[in-house]
This record gives sequence, C-alpha cells and structure tokens, in this order.
Amino acid sequence: MIYQTVIGLEVHLQLSTKTKAFCGCIIDFGRAPNTCVCPICLGFPGTLPVYNKEALNSAIKVALAFNCQIQEHTKFDRKNYFYPDLPKNYQISQYDLPLSRNGYLYIYRDNKPKRIGITRIHLEEDAGKLIHEDGQSLVDFNRAGIPLIEIVSEPDLFSPQEAFDYLTNLKSIIEYLDVSDCDMEKGSLRCDANISLRKAGSLELGVKTELKNMNSFKGVKDALSFEVGRQAELLDRGGDMVQETRLWDAEKGVTVSMRTKEGAKDYRYFPDPDLTRFHINQDMIERLRLKLPELPQEKLQRFMKEYSLSEYDAKILVSSKEDARFSEECIRIYPGKDKKLMVNWLIGPLLSEANSRKVKISELNITNDELISLIGFVERGEISGLSAKGVLSQMIDSGKSARELIIESNLLQVSDTEELSKIIESVILENTKSVDDFRSGKTNALMFLVGQVMKKSSGKANPKIVGQLLSRRLTDA
Amino acid sequence: MAIDNETIRHVAHLARIDLQAKELERLHVQLHEILGFIDKISNLNIEDVLPASHILPISNVLREDIPHTSLTPERALENAPSKKGNFFSVPKIIE
Repeated sequence: MIYQTVIGLEVHLQLSTKTKAFCGCIIDFGRAPNTCVCPICLGFPGTLPVYNKEALNSAIKVALAFNCQIQEHTKFDRKNYFYPDLPKNYQISQYDLPLSRNGYLYIYRDNKPKRIGITRIHLEEDAGKLIHEDGQSLVDFNRAGIPLIEIVSEPDLFSPQEAFDYLTNLKSIIEYLDVSDCDMEKGSLRCDANISLRKAGSLELGVKTELKNMNSFKGVKDALSFEVGRQAELLDRGGDMVQETRLWDAEKGVTVSMRTKEGAKDYRYFPDPDLTRFHINQDMIERLRLKLPELPQEKLQRFMKEYSLSEYDAKILVSSKEDARFSEECIRIYPGKDKKLMVNWLIGPLLSEANSRKVKISELNITNDELISLIGFVERGEISGLSAKGVLSQMIDSGKSARELIIESNLLQVSDTEELSKIIESVILENTKSVDDFRSGKTNALMFLVGQVMKKSSGKANPKIVGQLLSRRLTDA
Repeated sequence: MAIDNETIRHVAHLARIDLQAKELERLHVQLHEILGFIDKISNLNIEDVLPASHILPISNVLREDIPHTSLTPERALENAPSKKGNFFSVPKIIE
C-alpha cells in the first residue's frame, strides 16, 4: 500500500531573557542547583507572578517573523498536572487565547517554496530539571519558570526531510531575531513530532503517534523515518494503530512506546487568576515590527542581487546570522572588483576549515582583514593557491598573520627569472626524452616539465612564469 | 447538574486525593449542592454581561527584565521533607 506521511511539529523554545518569566531570578545554566530560585518560581503559596516585559516583546517578534496574527486579547491559563519538576502542580501556559495564530514559514525543495502553516505561538514557562539516581529523583528548580514559547505547526509536513528543513529554517529565523540560543543539545530548543500515515489520496488523517526525546534535528528526522517504516508495516499487516507517545532511542535507532496509563489527558485548564489579561494594540505591534532585523529570506534575496551571487552560494552565506555578517563584511572590504573571488574563498576553503572543526565560519580564529591579506598574496602571484590553503589552516590554528606564516615557511613563490632559468636548464638536461617529445609536437610534455621544475623548487616556483620561460626556451633553441 | 461517584473519584484522582467510602458519600452531597449554586447562573439573564477571565479591571501588568536576589539554597531547601546536597529529593519517578 502507498501511504502519505503527515507530520506536525511542536517546538518549545527558551527565550534568552536575563530573568525568568514571572520572577526576577536570573537565568544562568552554569549555576549550582537551586541557587536561582525564589518563593515565586518555587510556587510558594501567597506569591504573585508578574510577566516579564522583555519575554513578551521577544515572543511577539517571533510571532511577527513567522507571519502570525497577534491576538488583541491574550491571557494565561493554568495547565494542571502533577510531576516533581513542576513546583506549583500547574504550568502557566495559554489555552484558548494564545498570543498569536495563523502564521507560516517557507521551506525550499529544488528551489521551490512550500508554505508550512503555523497554527499558533503561545507563551508558557519551563519546568525544573530532574536527575534520577538509585531510589530517588533529585530536583533542581533553576530552570523552573524560564520563559518558553511553543510554536505549533500545521500538519503540512509530508516527509521527515521536510520536517528537518522546517526546523532548520525556523532555527535560522530565530537566530536572526536573537531571542534564543536555539541549542537542542542544551535543551533551549526542544521538538516533539506528531506523525501519522494515510492512504495516498485520502484526505482523512490516520491515527497519530507523538514522538519525544529527540535531541538534534537529525534525531527528529531519524525518529520520523523509523516511524514511517513502523507504521507502514503495521498498517500493511492490517494492524491497529494506537494513539500513543513514543520515545526515540537514538542509540538503538528505534522508537519505544511510553506505555502511559490509559485515559485522555485531563489538564483542567482555567484562566490563571494571579495574572492579568493582555491587550496588545497595533501601536505596540508596529513598534516591535520596526525592530525586526533583516530575516534570512530577505538577506538571501539581497545578497543575490547586490553581490550577484547564485542562490546556492547566497544560501550558504545566510544560513547563520553571524556567518552572514562576517561574509558581508569580507565582501564589503575586499578590494578586488570581482566579488565572486571573495565569495569562492568563503564557501570554499573557509567553509571547509569550519566544517572540519565543526564550527561556523564566523567562529574561526581569523579576522576579515587577515583573510583578505592572505587572498592578496595569491592574487599578486606571491604564493600558490595550494600553499594558501595550508597557510589558512595554520592561521586559524596559530592566530599568526598570513605574512608571518608565509615568511616562516618560506612559501613565497620564486618569480625571479634568473633563478628559475637555472632550475629549468637542469630539468632540460635530466629529461631529454620529454624535451624531444615536446619538440615533436606533444604539447602535454610541457606540463610534465613544468611539474619537474615545481618539484625541484619545492613547490615555490611560480608555475605561470615557469610555463612561459620553458616554452620560450624550448621553441627558441 | 448531577454528579456521579465516578466523576468524584476521577476528580479526586486528578488531585491525588485518596477518598474513603464515607468521604465519597459526604463529598457527593456537598459537590451536588455546590454545583446546584452554579446552576443558578444558567437561570440568570446575562445577555449584557461580557465574558471575563479576571475579576479586576486591570490589564497588561508587566515587570521589567531586572534580576532580583534569589534565595540561598539553604533557605530554599529549609522546609523540604527530603533533600540531598543542593537538591530537593523525591521518590524515584521513572523505572
């Protein structure tokens, strides 16, 4: 049977405000357990939470960046359940009047845009952290009360790859907004996935499973791919799908049923009487809209236009905000006319250095000026492109300047014709057969001879000049 | 509105309250009365009353993103029935 996969994602994002959502305890992940806590985030009776203005502004910016409609009236509700990481026995969240609805973002496949709907983006708070030991669970409430937003997508994603692309684009936009670390490994971005299969062509959704416990975008994709296979096999066998939550086991590469007790979740949401409603007026929205930075898609279009970049090149450069800033600065101060040469360095040698070190290009230990100084040596013919790549790597490792390293390693190309002629003469004497070949019309032999000269000069001879000298020498005689 | 014992048991379970048969009986009577009061609302004419989620006429109460002094862990853990180092400790909740 042929099935269509239907996926919806729920992304929880920690906002990087200085203090928590409802109290002034600072947010700092390095602190000792239970040192960033107070009567409010510990849920002591009689305390009053008051929402963080900065968190509200950040959340509205995210909602605007995802083209959501900000709701005029919004309020907080209590989501009631018991778990040791939840000090109040309810989580402050939003139920029927979320901050925003009806947004979208685009993903691209083969340069074709596909619009993915965003159902809602709402405000909530994080729970504490649990550490499980023999016979006991330990609770650290430093994380309890950190402002979160939840971004819920429509079931518009039709493959694990589309889910991956959605997450990548979502993260990129949020990084540009500078409102969250977006680090899945650190838990500042978390993602749950709903997935179901339906007969190809059918409009009715199948029974879904909810997947949790993925700690990377690749993990999300892998868990979804596994689930596609599992559900297809089950449906082919005529088995009954159960609506359930399954945990991704990254090591074994499988999803496992959480086997929770039966009965629908009953959170008994009700408006939190400790918190007032919010009226968000058009003024406030427009003020925040003006503060939105240039977003990845706009930057992409601008890079393509202003620097005549291909979509492929531009996409690499704008994928991270910091890389885009670094690259644009390089392109701006690069003195050459053909900016494409600068771009080639960025997406070529520099990107491969970054990839092999598993960092972004902007995180490499090299300044724009130093990079351009290195490229200058190549363009003036003073060092070969190949040695330049080696120098680049050493610059990043040592922090030394291009000039220092080139002199230290004696890499300056020999362009001095007198010195080169001496080497050429000895190469001619040692390779009479190739010389004859060349003279009898086998032009390829010249390349071999140039190679021999390069070898004798330990790669320092300027190959262009060697070629000219050699061919003149061999045709004149 | 009538309430049956099954619903009372369900609500008690959600609140993690273990009810004895006698308590269940007593609560049945009490909850029945309470729900009776609430039922009266449905007999009122509320056409001109706007829905409210809050009883006070205030909105948009926000605080600046400014740190305050947190509790020391000693103070935070002072009343904890069980602790280990700087942590609150509870019976293990996963297998």
